[in-house]
Amino acid sequence: MNIIETHKLTKYYGKSRGIIELDLSVSKGEFFGFIGTNGAGKSTTIRSLLGLIFPTSGEAKIFGKDINRYKTEILSEIGYMPSEANFYSGMKVKDIISLSAKMHKKNCSDEAKKLCERLALDTEKRIEELSLGNRKKVSIVCALQHDPDLCILDEPTSGLDPLMQREFFDILTERNKSGATIFLSSHVLSEIQKNCSRAAIIKGGRLIAVDSVENLSKTNAKRVTFHGITSVPEELFAKSAQINGDSVTFLYNGGIKELLGIANSLPIYDMTITEPDLEEIFIHYYEKGNEEK
Amino acid sequence: MTIYIKELKQGVKALLIWTASIAFMMLVCILMFPEMKGEMDNVSEMFANMGGFSAAFGMDKLSFGDLMGFYGIECGNILGLGGGFFAALTAISVLAKEEKDHTAEFLFTHPVSRFSVITQKLLSVMTQIIVLNIAVVAVSLISAAAIGEEFQIKEFALLHIAYLIMQIEIACICFGISAFIRRGSIGIGLGLALALYFINIVCNISDQADFLRYITPYAYSEASDIISEAKLEAGLIAIGICISLAGIITAYIRYAKKDIAS
Repeated sequence: MNIIETHKLTKYYGKSRGIIELDLSVSKGEFFGFIGTNGAGKSTTIRSLLGLIFPTSGEAKIFGKDINRYKTEILSEIGYMPSEANFYSGMKVKDIISLSAKMHKKNCSDEAKKLCERLALDTEKRIEELSLGNRKKVSIVCALQHDPDLCILDEPTSGLDPLMQREFFDILTERNKSGATIFLSSHVLSEIQKNCSRAAIIKGGRLIAVDSVENLSKTNAKRVTFHGITSVPEELFAKSAQINGDSVTFLYNGGIKELLGIANSLPIYDMTITEPDLEEIFIHYYEKGNEEK
Repeated sequence: MTIYIKELKQGVKALLIWTASIAFMMLVCILMFPEMKGEMDNVSEMFANMGGFSAAFGMDKLSFGDLMGFYGIECGNILGLGGGFFAALTAISVLAKEEKDHTAEFLFTHPVSRFSVITQKLLSVMTQIIVLNIAVVAVSLISAAAIGEEFQIKEFALLHIAYLIMQIEIACICFGISAFIRRGSIGIGLGLALALYFINIVCNISDQADFLRYITPYAYSEASDIISEAKLEAGLIAIGICISLAGIITAYIRYAKKDIAS
């Protein structure tokens, strides 16, 4: 069964574009990544899925049910972490957590306590005293304490330190193993590559690729820099090559052994191979899209 | 009920401050009454000769010399304005503040329908207005007892019922507006309450502006009319109730389909 399913989901804010004819499906138990730059439509998609905004056309279903018709029923099984964690000022952390639990009509104080301990969150503090990272932690507890079937997380790691990020993904992986579906939106590619089984890339309001992370990574170009030469051998089919002093940097989209074989015969004194940043992935996918046309 | 209680908790400070301020001013006014009573014969005559100014505040129909008349004018203005402002401020921000403070995403991603959120928020506003009025009535009765005077019970009751309905009407109008706005709520609320108050003053001064009486809830809560005639104007109150219902229904319709800003 598909946990999330959208059909030609479209949202315009007045005349400005949100998302266009989005067909997305996420099946049960997936750890799904949703990649895109700022303004690509990630949050619009998520906010439509949660019924915060109403689509201009198209439809979206969660757990097989129409979102706007069965909203409360669906929301009771969703844990949502917004990209910006804001809470009622004047309240203490524990008040917010228990308010969230009450609205879910569940007693989850044990689970909340465990999560707070793991995240080292001080529940006696007032909301307005919290740093961004700590507000994120409150958000995590509110999203996970009622043991939801589906976690929707919008750029969850911003503001969290690396140790907390690791703890957070450990928790998510545990939840995923015990059956929860995870929908993770991010612009940090490594995060998606490390944790997700499948991912979608959104740009300009449209999905431009949906595949397993393995396949996306395979087709992903590498950013290669050769030091010592200023032109790229033709047989590498390099893209967007840039010369910089005595070195040349380019996007390479092939097998790593062939690259090393060719590199071996070149008069280079050093080389680096790195993951391209997200922008380059987009360039890659866009160029691919254009070639196919 | 969770959101209802949350709203009351969030609003308790403002409610206490407004209630205490209004009740304190009423208390001071009533305690001043015995002292003023002796000098009132001259003052009443003076007010009676001030024409339009007296009419604006209903002082042409009431006597400063007895407690009920004095209460209607002095305390009527305090509760009329203070209660009206409180109702406007509380109601205009109750929906809008979720988006203004960016807490809407938190609230509306919980399994609570928008219908239920609106209902609980509306009830919390009504509760706060009723609490404020009960507290003010209690303080008035105690203060009157303290100076050894008594209100005319029927007029006193009618006056306060009218004030309560007036505040609820202002709250309902503002509640309807609150569903549309995301920020700038306080200015709109205060401006609206003040405008309605001045419309009534204009009505009192000029006969030509009489049609404005159908617009403002201050018309049916005019102390001078209620105390001198010992009855409420059912027609005006009926209009007021219709306007209130329109405000509430508008809020439900608008908010049910509103795109919530992050």
